[in-house]
Amino acid sequence: MDAIVCVKQILDPEMPASAFKVDEASMTIVTPPGVQQVISPFDAQAVEAALQLRDAAGAGTISVLSLGPDSARDAVKHGLAMGADEGYHLNDPAFEDGDSWTTALALSKAIEKIGLPDVLLFGRQAADWDYGVVGGMVAELLDLPSVTVLRSVEWRDGKIGVSRVVSDGFESVSTTTPCVLTISNEFGDPRYPQLRQIMQAAKKDVTVWTPADLGIDPSAIGAAGARVKMERLFVPKNETQVEFIDGDSPAEKAQALARKLREAKII
Amino acid sequence: MASVLVIGEAPDGQLSATSAELLGAATRLAEELGGGVACALIGGALSSAAQAAVAAGAETVYAADHESLAQYHTEAYVPLAAAIVQQDTPQAVLIGQTSIGRDLAPRLAARLDTAVVMDAVDLAVADGRIRATRPCFGGNARQVVTITSDPQIITVRAKSQDALDPDASRRGSITAIAVDPVAPSAAVTGKEQVQSEGVPLNTAEIVVAGGRGLGQESAFRDLEELASVLGAAVGASRAACDLGWYPPAQQVGLTGTVVSPTLYLAVAISGASQHMAGCGGSKSIVAINKDPGANIYNFCRFGVVEDYQKVLPPLTAALRELLQD
Repeated sequence: MDAIVCVKQILDPEMPASAFKVDEASMTIVTPPGVQQVISPFDAQAVEAALQLRDAAGAGTISVLSLGPDSARDAVKHGLAMGADEGYHLNDPAFEDGDSWTTALALSKAIEKIGLPDVLLFGRQAADWDYGVVGGMVAELLDLPSVTVLRSVEWRDGKIGVSRVVSDGFESVSTTTPCVLTISNEFGDPRYPQLRQIMQAAKKDVTVWTPADLGIDPSAIGAAGARVKMERLFVPKNETQVEFIDGDSPAEKAQALARKLREAKII
Repeated sequence: MASVLVIGEAPDGQLSATSAELLGAATRLAEELGGGVACALIGGALSSAAQAAVAAGAETVYAADHESLAQYHTEAYVPLAAAIVQQDTPQAVLIGQTSIGRDLAPRLAARLDTAVVMDAVDLAVADGRIRATRPCFGGNARQVVTITSDPQIITVRAKSQDALDPDASRRGSITAIAVDPVAPSAAVTGKEQVQSEGVPLNTAEIVVAGGRGLGQESAFRDLEELASVLGAAVGASRAACDLGWYPPAQQVGLTGTVVSPTLYLAVAISGASQHMAGCGGSKSIVAINKDPGANIYNFCRFGVVEDYQKVLPPLTAALRELLQD
């Protein structure tokens, strides 16, 4: 059971909301002091899913693939430290400032170059821009079946059984391979690499590819190929002023709240 | 040819509320773009949904109606949606940011060699193209984007747009789309419905929600009791769902259900950005949280800084008495 997991290195999404700032002029996120870049949490869960599928199948190669600047190498290394075998990093100025489309295009070319595995895994969305598009686009570009937003995956002798999170419950889906799967937070916590594994992963080579290595025209990727153009980036203003309910006891506060809700015609 | 095509949803043969909202948005956008509104429906037993789509603003309805389409299947829906878009050649395609839309839109965009913007909460027209505003970074920021390729495909958040008043006297044409059933590579083999017995989360006027701060799964029974007094739905934060305290189908947040009720009563919820992205559109948010510095209080109309365990029983009793009168 061979798998390729596509991962992204992002600003830690768990940072406090109060620390979040944007520079509106350059339409970029300001990295607050002390806040780290991390592998997007859904992507770490996708690596975990790949490792579990391989364990169930008994053997296979897990590759981790990332597109991004130098810092994206750390996301690849994180995957390797979790137990993946090979790392690939698409790193070139021409890849920068792309959109979901240019990312999907570059990843699909890299996947073809690595060799189509049994399973392609993605997080359900990158926890920075929150689009959730790249997995589906790669599936379409490679003409593969896709099943998205999964809480569990199961290897069934060459086929894959999954449980998909939908608005009113879960759907069981069985798919042939090769296929594209996207993993949701319901999957559960990924393993956390131990120091020894992190040191071993640090020694592993990561293959770096440029657009030329993938046979892509630089005008088709990055800012040049992007089809989504950002006009503005801002932090929404929130002018709500909370009224804290007074009272001598919790019961008094509860009764006062009930009265306030009625007076404000909320109930 | 319409200027805006809505890909609607009709579970159980009824046009969804979100689809009607998208048709309302499409009508407003089409007025500025100078064209008509069409609606694509893919499903089973669509005749009443097609009529409802006309009443909701569609001048043309494309209905791919076949019993094999009653349930969503990526491989069946994507080619039909693509065929309808190619037949109608709209400037823009609106799709709900739903379980179906999240899955369908990226593949549809790639198949049509265009781009897609997900989860728009505001739509406007500038220089003849749509400007979509969407939350990002877990709701911490918003970006305004345009798509430079055609058609412009945009998924739109439920309840972010107003539907028109349904008007049964509106006239529209209904075009049947030929359906050639395919045997999918990825086949749905079962469905586990986790429908809470109470009020459905996405349409509830009042939502009572609990978070990690509840400290225990059993506290949700107390929330359910309060909810039954208020006629409310019960929701949970992602943290509470990930702990297994409440079903993921009841999760409120960026990766769960987006709700915008009249009253959102958040109990022991800190108010992480990704949670606020799911409830920030509520008319009034009220929180019970013992931490006065909790982020949720930045969004609240009323707050009770107390241990929820001491507040819930008297609050439930007081509301029961109040609502009996």
